Amino acid sequence: MPTRTLSLNGEKVTVEAEDDVRLLWVIRDLLGVTGPKYGCGINVCKACTSHINGKAFNPCSVPLSEIKDSDEITTIEGLADGDELHPMQEAWIDLDVAQCGFCQPGQIMAAVAKVRQCRKEGREVDDAAIEEIRNICRCGTYNRIREAIKAGAENM
Amino acid sequence: MAQHRVAPAPPREGLRAPVGRRRFLGYLIAAPTLVVAAELTRQEVFGGPSATAAPILSAPQPPEAYDLLDLLRDSMRPTANLIRIEVNPDGTVSFELPRSDNGQGIITSTQMIIAEEMGLDVDQVRVTLADARPELLFNQITGGSSTTFTTYTPIRVAAALAQMRLLDAAAQLLQQDVRTLTARKGLILDPLGNSLPIGDLAGPAASSVTEQVEVVLKPREDFTVIGKPQGKTDARDIVTGRKSFVNDLQIPDALPTVICRAPDLNGTPDDVDNLDEVRKMPGVTDVEIVSTGVAVRAKTFGQAIDGVRALEVAWNRGTVAGEDDASILKKLKAAELPLVVPAGAVDTVEGAFTFYFKSNSSLEPNSAIADVRGGRAEIWGPMKNPVTAQNAIAKKLGIPQNAVTVHVIQGGGSFGRKLFFDAALEAAEASQKMGKPVKLMWTRADDSRQGRVHPMCTSRVRATVTKDSVLSFEQRHTSVSTDFTHGLGDAITAAGAKAPGGNLTFAESIFELTQASPYNYGVSTRLLNEVDMRFNTSSMRNVYSPDVTTAREVVTDQLANKMGRDPYEFRREFARSERIRGVLDAVAKEGRWGRSMKSGTAQGLGIHHEYKGVSAALVEIDCRPETVNRKIREAVTGPRVTRVTFAIDAGLVINPKGLEAQMMGGINDAIALILSSSLHLVDGHFVEASWDNYFYTRQWNTPPEMNIVIVESDHDEPGGAGEAGVAATCGAIANAYARAVGKVPTYFPINHLEPFPFEPKPLVPPIPESPVDGLRYTY
Repeated sequence: MPTRTLSLNGEKVTVEAEDDVRLLWVIRDLLGVTGPKYGCGINVCKACTSHINGKAFNPCSVPLSEIKDSDEITTIEGLADGDELHPMQEAWIDLDVAQCGFCQPGQIMAAVAKVRQCRKEGREVDDAAIEEIRNICRCGTYNRIREAIKAGAENM
Repeated sequence: MAQHRVAPAPPREGLRAPVGRRRFLGYLIAAPTLVVAAELTRQEVFGGPSATAAPILSAPQPPEAYDLLDLLRDSMRPTANLIRIEVNPDGTVSFELPRSDNGQGIITSTQMIIAEEMGLDVDQVRVTLADARPELLFNQITGGSSTTFTTYTPIRVAAALAQMRLLDAAAQLLQQDVRTLTARKGLILDPLGNSLPIGDLAGPAASSVTEQVEVVLKPREDFTVIGKPQGKTDARDIVTGRKSFVNDLQIPDALPTVICRAPDLNGTPDDVDNLDEVRKMPGVTDVEIVSTGVAVRAKTFGQAIDGVRALEVAWNRGTVAGEDDASILKKLKAAELPLVVPAGAVDTVEGAFTFYFKSNSSLEPNSAIADVRGGRAEIWGPMKNPVTAQNAIAKKLGIPQNAVTVHVIQGGGSFGRKLFFDAALEAAEASQKMGKPVKLMWTRADDSRQGRVHPMCTSRVRATVTKDSVLSFEQRHTSVSTDFTHGLGDAITAAGAKAPGGNLTFAESIFELTQASPYNYGVSTRLLNEVDMRFNTSSMRNVYSPDVTTAREVVTDQLANKMGRDPYEFRREFARSERIRGVLDAVAKEGRWGRSMKSGTAQGLGIHHEYKGVSAALVEIDCRPETVNRKIREAVTGPRVTRVTFAIDAGLVINPKGLEAQMMGGINDAIALILSSSLHLVDGHFVEASWDNYFYTRQWNTPPEMNIVIVESDHDEPGGAGEAGVAATCGAIANAYARAVGKVPTYFPINHLEPFPFEPKPLVPPIPESPVDGLRYTY
């Protein structure tokens, strides 16, 4: 079985897995990093949203073989700077967004990437931009998510 | 500080037991540290003793592994059925809550209740979820929005007793009159400025004997924690990814396990052609046939799914083979109970509505860990009903109930789904067959197609009217059977519900106990009939009320229309109580009822009364073509609810932030139920296999404006919150839609009969393959 080295949350980790195993299962089942959640496995619910080189992506739909040595993978566990939370995480706490919390790691990672994307494209982080986010929250916390993204964006 | 015990407390008097204040009985428990307890009385489950209706209790099944004698023995142990609070030497206070938190915030609100009574900061209280405790009898079910209502007083009694003991102990150590002492942030303070941390008092305040003690509770006017907005105490764990759900637990050797399921709903495996081949696939460790399919255990879930996809299974037909929406609807119509007032005899207003199947899937799919070896079972899962689960698992495995340990893990949403424990039963069976621990997960396709559903139902309404009053209002609700065989959280009522006729009796009891009409409509009757058609059903958030209320509120608008009255004025006049008028007035004022609206847009109203509370919703909807036809990739758009004003009087509010959160969730549920989300039954199976088939509310459908008003209440007790946001909003959306398009809908959701906006996923293999092109969609 091939051995691969990944850069995950700023650390080099080695893992043995077949090439076609999707990255989500490598991260969760083999490396025990469980922030990214399974909610559909087909890139629909977005509960596993993480970052690759700073951009949002869904590891449920990326085979391990697609990951290059130089790729930096960041899950929710790697978003904070040590004990200092990312402004988006702070906003999530301030606005008491989460209910069950299952989707929220993915929501936060999506929000951070969406704000970065808007900044790069010179767009406002407004309702229209937020409505491009496809992450499902079955508890229906959408309205607080909207407030938190706007608040978090101000401090990013 | 020296450890010594405190002399018996003097009789309560003076400031601490004001004349006329109600006294409660708590228990001091013999222990080296301060442990107090209170009874969690069963009378309060589902709002009254009649919920444990006699017909259910009178049909006990033959004794099983845990029989009536066991139960009586356990219940007669004097302190067995108590809930306990323990004061720890580190100054924290611990409590095991015999309920299940799936995001509704009851851990946080329970911390608040204890902190209030004991003068602590909320984070000094540690609340965890209790394992299954059969000795609690009817008292370990999380449902019917009953948690706070049923636990509020017992928890306060225990906390108040702990506080009394700590004060007494401090009084002796500080040599001060106990009435001059105060408690703040875990310190007991005297007027001279001396203080003692409660951790140091936990030993001295402990009791060497177990005894009953009378306590009084803190008066409401002194509350400083209850009623103040409090963020969820696990928020930091959630936003850093540290909160663990069952599949995140690292239980040694509990490897990922997935079940290959039949194309038919509830089809069962007959034979497998290639068991040995699949056993040799990469990562796969075990493949075994179980009752519901073929279980594949592997190093990763991805490889277990690959194994499932490779299996060649011959299946037996399912429980609804060949049936579809139309054939089920026909059976429901045939089962509708007759209306008493004949049609056409007097002036009548009629309504006949169909509500299609809905999925109560949470985002966390059905999941459980099981380790069944050596005649014992250890189970981990998000279970709202762990005692019934423990009993059923024991029966399935053929071992005694007390050989099954059930750990209740926080769940990733429930909405009624986790009243049952389908994954735990399967995990137990698979683990027993494989002789190894398993981490069993339903994939999304399983959860959507074979998971429990809110049953299809019809609601017929006939009202008779004169020029200015409603003489009668008959509602006949007919439903595919709602499975209540979980009982009230114990083996006895669960057995009763499984007895012939038992489930319908139970269902009728629940219906009768929950469906109060908020209007004075003369002779008003609501009857339920259910038809068992072997679907996998369960209560979904708010059970019957979203459908019953929608039918009633739509007809209410028609009644107002018939009398030439404004829908708000009409409701105000016919409302049964001032409390209802209170919430109605609040939404009318805050939401600017009657403001001028553009053509194709409209306002709508709905009200509801349940869980000891009342609620009203004022909704604005946009049904203009440019809105309805807006394009979003692989999404249902349709009419947009643009603004929701929602008011609730929920009695005493523990945590306004939590209550508001629950209303927000209920509102987003209502949008899905009325406008966009349903399951389609075709040829014996549900078509929908993922979130791109089943259109729960998304960011692009949620209202840009949402205003939730918590109305001041005189009620001293907390009502229910978890489900209270759904029904009134459903009614209001349906009415707004009818007013915007000028046509009253006769079925819900309104898009159900449109062509599928997706390509149905294959039935064999039962799980779609994960894509490989994820990197094309980065942003």
